[in-house]
Amino acid sequence: MNTAQVLPQLFMSGIVIGSIYSLIALGFVIIYKATKILNFAQGELLMFGAYIFFVLSVDLKIPYIFAFLLTLTFAFLLGISLELFLFRKMMGQPVFSLIMITIGLSNVLRSLAAFIWGDMDMVALPSPLPMKPVKILGASLTYPQILTITAMVVMFALFALFFRVTRMGTAIRASCDDQDAAALTGVNINRVFQLAWIMAAVVACVGGIFLGHINYLHISMGFIAIRVFPAIILGGMESITGAVLGGLIIGVAENMAGGLIESGLQDVTAYIVLILVLIIRPYGFFGEKEIERI
Amino acid sequence: MSSGDYTVTYQEGLEIFKTGWAKSWLAALFLLMALVPFIADTYFIYMANITGIFAIGALGLNLLTGNGGLISLAHGGFMAVGAYASGILVAKAGLPFVIALPLSGIIAAGFGLVIGLPALRLKGLYLAMITMGFVFVVEYMINKTPALTGGGEGLMVPDLKLGPWTVNTDIEFYFLIIPILVFLCYFTKNLMRTSFGRALNAIRDRDLAAEVTGVYLAKYKVNAFVLSAFFAGVSGSLYGQYIKLISPDHFGILLSIEYIVIIIIGGLGTVLGTILGSIFINVVPEFLRLFGDVTRSSFPIFSERFGDLREGIFGLLMIIFIVFEPTGLAGIWRRVKIYWKSWPFRY
Repeated sequence: MNTAQVLPQLFMSGIVIGSIYSLIALGFVIIYKATKILNFAQGELLMFGAYIFFVLSVDLKIPYIFAFLLTLTFAFLLGISLELFLFRKMMGQPVFSLIMITIGLSNVLRSLAAFIWGDMDMVALPSPLPMKPVKILGASLTYPQILTITAMVVMFALFALFFRVTRMGTAIRASCDDQDAAALTGVNINRVFQLAWIMAAVVACVGGIFLGHINYLHISMGFIAIRVFPAIILGGMESITGAVLGGLIIGVAENMAGGLIESGLQDVTAYIVLILVLIIRPYGFFGEKEIERI
Repeated sequence: MSSGDYTVTYQEGLEIFKTGWAKSWLAALFLLMALVPFIADTYFIYMANITGIFAIGALGLNLLTGNGGLISLAHGGFMAVGAYASGILVAKAGLPFVIALPLSGIIAAGFGLVIGLPALRLKGLYLAMITMGFVFVVEYMINKTPALTGGGEGLMVPDLKLGPWTVNTDIEFYFLIIPILVFLCYFTKNLMRTSFGRALNAIRDRDLAAEVTGVYLAKYKVNAFVLSAFFAGVSGSLYGQYIKLISPDHFGILLSIEYIVIIIIGGLGTVLGTILGSIFINVVPEFLRLFGDVTRSSFPIFSERFGDLREGIFGLLMIIFIVFEPTGLAGIWRRVKIYWKSWPFRY
């Protein structure tokens, strides 16, 4: 096969994995916007969502759509309790400590999952749609892959609308700008934080379910989030649009580098991009440029 | 015994150990450490060696993160660089270990310089990310150069020779590692009392204010990174020599996180905390294993899944310490010491 034939396929596979990256990146950005925390446990939330869905739909044989909704409910409760029992206590502490807590949290969640599901075989989540390939733009994709792209677009549209139109969305944007000033003008900061954690947990669980469709479930699937850091840096930490575009770009770039140059390169492309972006344009393409001369 | 700070001369004020008591306790500690290998069993000495090696790397990280306020997730990578540099220098280039040890530290320090330069523009989570990226790039490079590093299969490090003396047993390693650790502790402790240490603390507390008062940020931040990477390189070099077969799996992002756990549990910005944290993180799994053994008959799951729980318990401890005891074990130690010093009075 020559390059021209492989190219569309590489591109579309990149878009699919990029969609998962975008979903994870959305979670990162929402939490960062509201609380200025970089949530290192985002990938583990995703992994947990995937496993919960697995338990519901395979072990308990609940129909797909209800299992999906129940997983979202679980994500909702997880988000609420994380905020209520952990991060609310740390209000006003330095960001450094908060980031460290999320690192600790990711360890706890990962080992908890390993403790419960550690001896499970590697399985993919059952998909509601057939695995039949379809031709799109010269590349063949399966239905679950198309569903993943759709889910990403829907989530993005929902969040973009939420931040632009609703009162609460405006409140989150305000507290992103300046927490103290937002609190002074009557924004309930606690509610903002709570909502951010809920949304992040929900979007992570959705990402987990769709990743489970196109990939296998395993305990360390949360490490995929580490590959999303370059995406949010590329897009800018505060921007929803940036998160989605960054995720897609990293997904495509990885696949291209892996397919065209060398297969091992796929795993590090993202970090090379990351280091380059941080050196050249640390606030990303859509991020806010904070003027600080050091 | 002292019940306060009553120094009258500058000379006294500069002393690390101010009273005869403190000095004699220190002497007793050294004596104990020198005697340990003759009393304890091999496993204990092995644990002490591993703890010592980790404490050296953690000293470097604590210097950077605890004193300088610069987050680094790169220390797993620096340690890998040190281990591989030393391994290659000894195995392939045939250099004696006495030269390879500092040289591997210097090579790691060179990488620290490369990472430290972007750190000038970046703070907090951006720094966390770029240092994390470094770990993955190092892992990739090791896997991609099998001719030099042995790739995924690992690199055999030949026996350690110091002149005519072959360091082979755990006890011999003990007498190599612990003196290096003690020296580096002494070095760090003193360094923190110089203008360099105070400048780092100033940068941690408020970098803008530090710059206004004349601390040249670029110089101190890069120096902190270089020095910190040097420590990690030395630690990696010793680690490679000790476990003899090194592979990229030994030095992942989880190792970096383990280092962070050490300094947080121990206490940020203190030498004592680094040591306590290193001991703690190596001792706790032993207790867990013990717990697993005890409950093996009634709850076999604990001993079976011990490896899975280990990481989670570190994470949990990290959260507990950050939320309830941000000064770490060193802070608890200080409080207890002050209480007993003035006991039965309140002050």
